[in-house]
Amino acid sequence: MIDTALARSLSRIVGASHVRAGQGERVAYAADGLPTHRRLPALVVLPGTRDEVIAVVRLLAQADVPFVPRGAGTGLSGGALASGDAVLLVLTRLNRIVSLDPSNRRAVVEPGVVNVRLSAAAGRHGLHYAPDPSSQSACTIGGNVAENAGGPHCLKYGVTSNHVLALEVVLSDGRVVQLGSPAGEPWGPDLVGVFVGSEGNFGVATRITVRLTPVPVTIRTLLADFMSLRAAGEAVTAVIASGIVPAALEMMDRSCIQAVEDSVYAAGYPRDAAAVLLAELDGSRDAAVEEEAQEVERLLRGAGARSVRTAVDARERERLWQGRKKAFGAMGRLSRDLVVQDAVVPRTALPDVLERIAAIAAHYQLVVSNVFHAGDGNLHPNISFDATDAALTERVERASTEIMEACIAAGGTITGEHGVGLDKLRYMPLVFDGDSLAAMHAVRHVFDPHERVNPGKVIPVHACREWAGRARRPNAKVPA
Amino acid sequence: MSILARVRALLGEDAVLPGPEGPPRIAPASPDGVALLLATAHEEGWRVRVEGAGSWMPTDAPADLALTTRRLDKIPAIEPQDLTATAEAGVGCDLLRQQLADRGVWLALDPPGIGGRTLGSVVATAASGPLRQGFGPVRDHLLGVTFVTGDGRFVQGGGRVMKNVAGYDLTRLQAGAFGGFGVIVLVHLRLRALPRADVTYALEGARDDLCRVGSDVISAGIAPAALELLSPTLARRERWTLAVRLAGSAALVSAEEHALRSATGGVFSPLRAEEAHAFWTHAAEGIATAPVTFRLGGLADSTEELLDLLQHQLGDERVSASPGIGAVRWAGEAAADRLRWLRRALAGLEVPLTLERAPWVLRAAVGHFGAYREGVGPLVAGLRETFDPHAQLVVALEGDAGDG
Repeated sequence: MIDTALARSLSRIVGASHVRAGQGERVAYAADGLPTHRRLPALVVLPGTRDEVIAVVRLLAQADVPFVPRGAGTGLSGGALASGDAVLLVLTRLNRIVSLDPSNRRAVVEPGVVNVRLSAAAGRHGLHYAPDPSSQSACTIGGNVAENAGGPHCLKYGVTSNHVLALEVVLSDGRVVQLGSPAGEPWGPDLVGVFVGSEGNFGVATRITVRLTPVPVTIRTLLADFMSLRAAGEAVTAVIASGIVPAALEMMDRSCIQAVEDSVYAAGYPRDAAAVLLAELDGSRDAAVEEEAQEVERLLRGAGARSVRTAVDARERERLWQGRKKAFGAMGRLSRDLVVQDAVVPRTALPDVLERIAAIAAHYQLVVSNVFHAGDGNLHPNISFDATDAALTERVERASTEIMEACIAAGGTITGEHGVGLDKLRYMPLVFDGDSLAAMHAVRHVFDPHERVNPGKVIPVHACREWAGRARRPNAKVPA
Repeated sequence: MSILARVRALLGEDAVLPGPEGPPRIAPASPDGVALLLATAHEEGWRVRVEGAGSWMPTDAPADLALTTRRLDKIPAIEPQDLTATAEAGVGCDLLRQQLADRGVWLALDPPGIGGRTLGSVVATAASGPLRQGFGPVRDHLLGVTFVTGDGRFVQGGGRVMKNVAGYDLTRLQAGAFGGFGVIVLVHLRLRALPRADVTYALEGARDDLCRVGSDVISAGIAPAALELLSPTLARRERWTLAVRLAGSAALVSAEEHALRSATGGVFSPLRAEEAHAFWTHAAEGIATAPVTFRLGGLADSTEELLDLLQHQLGDERVSASPGIGAVRWAGEAAADRLRWLRRALAGLEVPLTLERAPWVLRAAVGHFGAYREGVGPLVAGLRETFDPHAQLVVALEGDAGDG
């Protein structure tokens, strides 16, 4: 529990209106984008400046109170939840674009800047911020850094870690460190690289220097439909193996297509298709993009596409993309709850893994909808269910585990962009042995020796082997 | 029992390489051998110097034994359809490149040094070459690594799939750590299909004029695979040379060639394929003919300023720069005091200087990185302690105390 004196001290730092202590106020922060995990924070604090963040973190360190940094709360792993003994540090008020340097294609932003807002600002200079998670209209750059967020166009342009050059970080004791350099060359070992994707375990990023990318001059968007998932999966392999790197290559299965077409986001996808592939080619040279689009169309047809349609204008392109980007929302029509899964497999394994997922869904009598970044092999099998039905929830848990096991057996991993958070903790020992987990745990201790920032996430401490380095110091929490 | 006898008992007679001088040179034949050797070194308190093929970093660090990865030369997997490969750390880049090409795929890295330089060396030093312009630094080509800690434990970072956020990114931590966080034994790589067209254009001229041409190329929206400004020695030409490499589909390269002509008035000359190969090979190898190499991470618009600084302080016989992204590599002879001065001057410009290659005496004096910024030193020290608890691995990350 947080004592009232501490709450008053926090109020003095950020202003009373930016401390939420009432039960009703805190409930709004009890979940993130994944509805299967809920935790009520002890207190919610919304600092408005970097200095307020530092002061809050120092105060919490003195009081030995854990805290959880949080952006817009759109994450899908239960990663930004704080339990009853922890303070939720909401960073959405730190929302300034500090500087934008078109000539060097760089921007410095605060963590609460919404992803799409940065692209809008950069767009005035013919640039954009390339990572584009489906939640980009709401999610923040700080959250993207914590999760190493991806998105459809990361196939060509890379994920968040490919675009973060430098960070200002407030460590768990309130010390401030500058990591990286404006050009991206690390100033020492690559601490920016290990911070990105650390899910808030290493500290709070208060300034983020990102790379901006030219907005493509020419875009071709193709929609191909298939009568089997296997054929669609094999089409992905054919495109990737051809050497063409599409800007995006996304797949939706029949269940997802129908949910989208039944919703306000209807995009004109063929309802009877087993799967559709949305392929986008872009670049700065029209002739080259056109040739690549023709080649991709040929490959898609060769792999069995029933039809391939090219968006004739920007409006049609936006409509096709709206269906994809709002697919998760459309799935809300299927049931009251949704488990959004995230796993990655080698691209050539897609056909087999998709069939295995279908078999698991059939075995447990569940509705599984697939909408995912096929070009990266990044699957999102989503299970619709009613969480008030305990027996059904148990089947969902079992199916989720079997899906993860199938992906790992195919040479894949348990998360490609959503992070581990709380949701995937139990799967970590399936991909990492005790030494590797212990090494990660020890790295966390280097940044946060008392595990005060976002405790209990990412590393299942019970699965760590004893470690000889820092984690074995007398005062440190030793892995069990 | 002597170190040699102990090692022979552990790894077999053939793990000990003959050598006229220096500490025993041990070449484990497998990652397990590396782990066994390091675990024993940890128990016995032996200090270990890690080497690859010995073609890049001088093999002169004081140690009780030298561990070379040169027998870790297997390529367990090349998956052309997935555009991934897995290779052991001791594989030579030239051999890897050839085997990949035979399968129609390409690792878009062209590190400085000779072709036989090992993959592990390239990852440990994060030494990318001119292709960093189009394909990014070394870390962007890595899907995962397996490494062995100073006390002989295997640690896996990442995996072999395109996206992976399971756990912390220990792969990127290894890229450019100069072996301070363990010995890399296995690397999972992100590949590209061999470009269907690959052409190089060159333009000779005054250095500053070429910098401006480089800016024009980028401003015209051209996305070259490489855009490199080379000193006359590295280019083997009379004057400074700006080279533009265009790679991709035939249509893309054709369109980019047209754009290049439009943007620059057709001043570039195309190189024949064999000329281009020789040009880039010499540029890479020429870096390694001098005893000291370092890189600077500047911004694109600071390239001329950085080149001026280098010219005035150290000379510019061997300089290779990517004016499109601001990266600069220098090779030559440099004393510790001069490097310390240069680092201080560059710190004011927010430009890090990473010492990539030098005799041990210089590495020990100034370190690969020099002094860290405030608060970073304890983090790096903590990571060193985590991955090499008894400091068995002989690495000079920071250099002597007081280095600036």
